[in-house]
Amino acid sequence: MRTLEKTRAYVLRHHTGLTVCGLAGLLLLTPLVVRNPYNLGILNLIGLYVIVVLGLNLFIGYAGQISLGHAAFFGLGAYGSAVLTATYHLPPWPAMVLVAACLAVVALALGVPTLRLSGHYLAMATLGFNYVVHSIFVQWDQVTGGPSGLSGVPPLSVLGLTIDSDVKFHYLVWTFALAALTLCLNLVRSGVGRGLAALAQDEVAAACLGVDVKRQKVKVFVLSAVFASVAGSLYAHHFGYINPDTFSIFTSLDLVIMVVVGGMGSIWGTLFGVALITVLPHLLEFLETYKDIIHGVILVVILLFLPQGFVSGLVDLIKIRLARRRLAGMAVGPS
Amino acid sequence: MEKTPVKLLQVTGLSKHFGGLPALSQVSFGAARGQVTALIGPNGAGKTTLINCLTGVIQPDGGEILFDGGNLAGLPAHLIARLGISRTFQNLRIFPRLSVLDNVLCGLTVQAGDSMLAALLRLPALRHRERRLKLTALEALDTFGLADKAGWPAGALPYGDKKRVEMARAFVAQPVLTLLDEPVAGLNSEETAKVAALIRQMRLSGRTMVLVEHDMELVMGVADHVVVLDGGRRIAAGPPQDVRTNPLVLEAYLGRMSATA
Repeated sequence: MRTLEKTRAYVLRHHTGLTVCGLAGLLLLTPLVVRNPYNLGILNLIGLYVIVVLGLNLFIGYAGQISLGHAAFFGLGAYGSAVLTATYHLPPWPAMVLVAACLAVVALALGVPTLRLSGHYLAMATLGFNYVVHSIFVQWDQVTGGPSGLSGVPPLSVLGLTIDSDVKFHYLVWTFALAALTLCLNLVRSGVGRGLAALAQDEVAAACLGVDVKRQKVKVFVLSAVFASVAGSLYAHHFGYINPDTFSIFTSLDLVIMVVVGGMGSIWGTLFGVALITVLPHLLEFLETYKDIIHGVILVVILLFLPQGFVSGLVDLIKIRLARRRLAGMAVGPS
Repeated sequence: MEKTPVKLLQVTGLSKHFGGLPALSQVSFGAARGQVTALIGPNGAGKTTLINCLTGVIQPDGGEILFDGGNLAGLPAHLIARLGISRTFQNLRIFPRLSVLDNVLCGLTVQAGDSMLAALLRLPALRHRERRLKLTALEALDTFGLADKAGWPAGALPYGDKKRVEMARAFVAQPVLTLLDEPVAGLNSEETAKVAALIRQMRLSGRTMVLVEHDMELVMGVADHVVVLDGGRRIAAGPPQDVRTNPLVLEAYLGRMSATA
């Protein structure tokens, strides 16, 4: 009996960590079940996007701002790694760190002036930024290879093991994705995370509680850019070939849609949002021409009916319903 | 002018204009340590503007706000909060999507530290601090009569409970000074009595408060010192009994009240 209670308390206290471990165990076994390389490829793609969207969701859900240019950071990460390793033959891992550090500086330079203003100036700035970056990818032939892209990016290797198959990459990308997930869950469950949640809901109240609103917004923006950069590097090394179209404004919009489907500020919802939006085009292949329309409709419908996003909006709705019901019960029944 | 001893908060010649309209002109008053100082006055007297200037939500055009010896005028809100000044808002600014417990934990933002790296890595020191903060917040929920609703989304609570969530958030960090902006506005008499009891309890535990309020009964019941504003100016100050019989106040404040009521 005692041990049962102890186990219960342990599970309750560490439920977040245990869920992450459970997910890790599940992902460890998936390559044994998912034999089809096509499906495994989709799962890998989900892993990559999870890293980007987790960062973006922190920024949208916890800093209350919108970035319409995260594909640019994703793309700069990919191109940075590709150019440094394929053209200049730098070792991949240090190149990845270098590129991420450079993009942190770029995000800082972009975020400091625009996030000082209230309102959605950053959405505009990032949209323009993505457009410029995409044009550079297309136009700057000598470095980026122009519209046809860059090929010959060497694969990564871990402890002498070259990551050259879908199964190996599955383990690598999900290690990164789960690390990103853990970092985000940690952040959200800390005083810093509560301060961010507060500022996303009410900047004046947050400031009066001691949250440095402008500084925190910039910090989260930089963090999300670094996440996107790392995912971009992994992308380039895995596919060995990149082209500009992967990193256009439409990819940025898809990333925002993934956040909205998962729910703003919902870390676990992010997994669902990314999975759904990544898998959907493959399920609805016969509707391929209408892909953008379908994504647009999803976005509009969710924002109309559940402005907080699909998953977290539903969860909030259920919580409020339950609370109201209990309240009614309290008012009627004797206490 | 009366000779006053050194006070915790001393406001001198504070002015604020919106466009050409003076909201505050040359307002001076002090709040003594461990006491409740009430700011009263008819609508549009400048009470909320004054509180907003004190907490850095808006910047005053002129004047001095001495708090514990330092001047607050011109400091941003988050730095003023870090000096130990907390507040509630007239129009209720709780975080509706966070749980009641998380709302109150937000009152401990300064104590929780602001290193993002430490938060990302969830180092053991941070984990211990989080546990301690949670206990502090649960204690505050108990004090403010919200213990049975800790896990509820704050937005789902009835209005009276929301008001007390905001108060719990303002007091949880043991602030040096707390500014209460109309804590009983919109509450029924039963809930008002609850809040009055809480204000007295906080005063007994040594908290210093500045109270902006319309409810004269509450003010007379809990304030040590009353400052009366009208049209952005201070027209009277003193103990509640004196203010109540001051003819200037009766004319400007109570007179107008009876005319509108």
